[in-house]
Amino acid sequence: MNNEILYEDEIPGGAHWSMLMRKGTSLKLIDKLGGANVGMLFYNPSNKLERYNAPDTLKCQHTFKLTHGHCLYSDMGRIFCSIIDDSVGWHDTVGANTTKKIVSEKWGEHNYQEYRNDWCLNGHDSFLVELAKYGMTERDMAANLNLFSKVTVDDNGHMSLVEANSKASDSVELRFEMDTLVIFHTCPHPMNTSVEYPKRPVTYQIRKSEVVGEDDYCRNFREENQRGFKNTELYNIGCGC
Amino acid sequence: MLEMIKESNLLVEQANFREVIKAGDYFIKVVNKGQTFRILDIEGNQAADTLFYNAHKPSERYSAMDTIREQGNIYLTAGSKLLSNECNPMLEIVADTCGRHDTLGGACATESNTVRYSLDKKCMHACRDSWMLAVAEHEEFGIGKRDITHNINFFMNVPVTEKGGLTFEDGISAPGKYVEMKAYMDTIVLLSNCPQLNNPCNGYNPTPVEVIIWD
Repeated sequence: MNNEILYEDEIPGGAHWSMLMRKGTSLKLIDKLGGANVGMLFYNPSNKLERYNAPDTLKCQHTFKLTHGHCLYSDMGRIFCSIIDDSVGWHDTVGANTTKKIVSEKWGEHNYQEYRNDWCLNGHDSFLVELAKYGMTERDMAANLNLFSKVTVDDNGHMSLVEANSKASDSVELRFEMDTLVIFHTCPHPMNTSVEYPKRPVTYQIRKSEVVGEDDYCRNFREENQRGFKNTELYNIGCGC
Repeated sequence: MLEMIKESNLLVEQANFREVIKAGDYFIKVVNKGQTFRILDIEGNQAADTLFYNAHKPSERYSAMDTIREQGNIYLTAGSKLLSNECNPMLEIVADTCGRHDTLGGACATESNTVRYSLDKKCMHACRDSWMLAVAEHEEFGIGKRDITHNINFFMNVPVTEKGGLTFEDGISAPGKYVEMKAYMDTIVLLSNCPQLNNPCNGYNPTPVEVIIWD
C-alpha cells in the first residue's frame, strides 16, 4: 500500500522532540486545533556539518514563502525533503525562535517549579536540548522553519505575522529524499501576539513514500529542483561528498 | 523602513586602518568596541558577504533572523542594530549611502551554485570557499564550518514581494557608496568580497572593496 502510515503520535503544544527520518519515508504534520507552529531544523546524520539552509532554500527557488512543490535544501546543494502536500499554503523560515526572554516578556514566566509540565518552554532552549542529544550546541543552530506560520513583507520591507494562518486539521507533508536528523519543537512563533502562551498540539505520522518518478511535482517545480534532486541522487548512490 | 541615506562625518585621512580587499579575497579582523568601520564599494555594484562574531566568545554571532524580526523589517540600513543569536546588539549601522542591504540571500557556495545555475559550475570560486580558507588560515579565532551561518550581503538588493516572491536584482550601489558600523562589542569581522559571476549581484564583474576603521 502506498503512503501507508507506519507510525502516528501526538506532540503537545510547547514541547520538543527529534528523530531520524529515512529516505523513502515522509513526515505528515497535522495541526490538531488550528494556530500551531512547528519550529524545525534538519541535519545530515552522517555529517552533521551539513544542515538546513534557509537562505539557500529561498534563493534557489526564488521564494519567500514555502508550500507544496518547494524543496528544503541543505547548505551542500542537496534536498533533505520536499513538500509533497500542503493545505496551509504558506510556511515561514525567517521568524526564527522564541527565547526565554521573549517568552517571559510576552506571556510571563511559567517555570517548572510552579507549573510542572505545564510550564512555558521557548524554541531556542528546546532546540538546545534536542541538539545536545547528538553532540551539537548553539554553534550548530541555523535559521529554522516555522511550519504553519505565515510572515508577510510589504513593499517597504515591514514584516507581519498573519493570524490564524493554519486551521484545525490543516496539514503539511515532507518527503525525505535523504536520511535526515529532524529536530523540532511546538513552541509558538516569536511574532505571535496571543494574550496567553498558545499551546497547540501537532499530530505527526511517519508514512512510507512512493518512489520519486521523473515526473514528480516537486522535482519539476523549478529547474533548480531538478538539479537539487540530481545532487541528492548522487549522494544516495555514494558519490556525493 | 524606507531607504535611509545617511552620510558619515568621519574623514578617511584620519582613519586608523585601511585595507583594500581584492575581488574574490577574504578579510578577517577584530574591530574593537567603540570603533567604527566602513566598507567602501570602490567601483560600485559589489557584494560584500559579511559575518560577525563576539571576539571573546565566537559562539555568539550575528543572527540575520533575530535582527530582522526585532527591527520588524527585512532590509538593513542606517539605524539597524545588528543583533547576535543571543539578541545582543553587536554593531549598529551609523551611516549608509547605499540605502538598503540584504540579509536573507545568504552567500554563494560551490554546491548551491550547482543548484542555482548548472551542475558543471561546481568549481567556480564562491564566498563560502573564501570563508573556509579564512577560518583554516586563522585558527586563532576559534571559528569553523559549524560557525558559518547566515550573513549580510552589503550592497546587495534582494526584494521580497507581498505575495511571497524573492528576486535578485541589479545592485542599487554605485562607485563610492559605503556603509559604516559602530561596534558595541569586540567583534570579529569575516568578509568575503564576493566572486560570483553568475548573477547581477556584482554586475557580472567582481571588483575590490575597502575596509576603513576609526577609533
